[in-house]
Amino acid sequence: MPQVKFIEFNGTKHNIDANNGDSIMVTATSNLVPGIDADCGGECSCATCHVLIDAEWQAKLAATSDTEESMLDLNPDRSAESRLSCQIIMSDDLDGIVVNLPEFQY
Amino acid sequence: MSEAVTLTEDPYSIPLEDINVSDPNLFMNDNHWGYFERLRKEDPIHYCEDSLFGPYWSVTKFNDIMEIEKDHNAFSSAGGITLADQPEDFQTVSFISLDPPRHDIQRKSVTSVVAPMNLAKLEPVIRSRAIKILDEVPIGEEFDWVSQVSIELTTQMLATLFDFPFEDRSKLTYWSDMATSGELAGGPTPEPVRRAALLECLEVFTTLWNERAQRDPTEANDLITMMAHNPNTQDMDPMEYLGNLILLIVGGNDTTRNSISGGVYFLDQFPDQFAKVKKDLSLVPTMVPEIIRYQTPLAYMRRRATQDYLIGGKNIKEGDKVAMWYVSGNRDDEVIENPNEFIIDRNTPRHHLSFGFGIHRCMGNRLAEMQLRIVWEEILKRFKRIEVVREPGRIQSSFVKGYTDLQVVVTAK
Repeated sequence: MPQVKFIEFNGTKHNIDANNGDSIMVTATSNLVPGIDADCGGECSCATCHVLIDAEWQAKLAATSDTEESMLDLNPDRSAESRLSCQIIMSDDLDGIVVNLPEFQY
Repeated sequence: MSEAVTLTEDPYSIPLEDINVSDPNLFMNDNHWGYFERLRKEDPIHYCEDSLFGPYWSVTKFNDIMEIEKDHNAFSSAGGITLADQPEDFQTVSFISLDPPRHDIQRKSVTSVVAPMNLAKLEPVIRSRAIKILDEVPIGEEFDWVSQVSIELTTQMLATLFDFPFEDRSKLTYWSDMATSGELAGGPTPEPVRRAALLECLEVFTTLWNERAQRDPTEANDLITMMAHNPNTQDMDPMEYLGNLILLIVGGNDTTRNSISGGVYFLDQFPDQFAKVKKDLSLVPTMVPEIIRYQTPLAYMRRRATQDYLIGGKNIKEGDKVAMWYVSGNRDDEVIENPNEFIIDRNTPRHHLSFGFGIHRCMGNRLAEMQLRIVWEEILKRFKRIEVVREPGRIQSSFVKGYTDLQVVVTAK
């Protein structure tokens, strides 16, 4: 099982074993990791599962789709590390991925 | 227009093809529920050939609405978000009725007013106002919750967001009501009255704009200063400025106002839920999105198909108007368990359509939730009971779903 290392904005760490095929959003919400709202339930249409992933791990992820791009773009706090966690599907290649949670979702 | 069909309480009293859920009277009389239930069962993507607004499609199920929300290329917002088309000689434009890229650029110019950092600053302001308003309501005697609490609180908030002269704030409520109650939208306000009110709104806000354009933008974070200094919005023409003002006034006013009133009404209808939240105040944050789902303060949003589109076995043609009925999708039992029940401790209470989804999703959704949370925290500190003494009056509109009055008697703790 690949592991996701969630880091809350206040520094609290949660190392969670993920199921292959689950999104990082589902991995967080089904393990009660706080900081991800996921209002739309994984449809890439609310942007409340915003996370920050550094360039090294980003290089291993599929590129953002047009839909993800348009949703991320509405967030004034967007940075180069911004992704929507419902769009990142876990696999063994992503074992150990570090996912930083923002201070707020909106 | 052909002879209007009168829609009664019984949704099975007329043939399916005659159902026109855009009839404002249906909402004013609270008779829409059965019609939507019938459509979800028998004809979830429903074509209505003849209405006050011409022919249009109704999309009534949660997942179909989500599909359309997500596809902003196939379903355009240009030309407006209500079924009523704007008159040729009085057309306002706002970012909610634009497609990308202009939509994204204009929306971003004002988003920061509801950014989390700003909300944190607004919280104590909202709380002190809520306390004052709630401390002033009469105990043990009948009064109108809508005008005395809901309107006061949301209008004060709106005045703050615009840094609008506080003593004139009732103007904001008036313009908001005029903007959504026009006769062309099936409401009670004659078109000349609506236009005069909106032109007055534009005039007052133009004066404010000219003042704010001289202000140091780093020292002010109100919406007008933001728009006046942002290169993407500072050159808007008057009808575009007016359009965006109406969007921000209605979006920041009607919706939260009616959700505040709705919460009082629902907790009276579901006393077990009131008992539950009184016992456990930590349920307020999950009760708030449930209030917003149950109220659905905007009944639908409109799109126009930019291409032929097949959905649910129906062929929507390029150019057709499409209403996504949030009020119906929010009661779809395939997605929401026991949707007709008001349940304050649902597991995923934010999974509702009231804010829309996709790029036009409500920008102020967290501010709305915060206002409702604060109101309920303060209500529960003070009152043992808010008794609704008779059925509320409802707005004559199929777009703005809300209350004209809500008579209550409050019992102190």
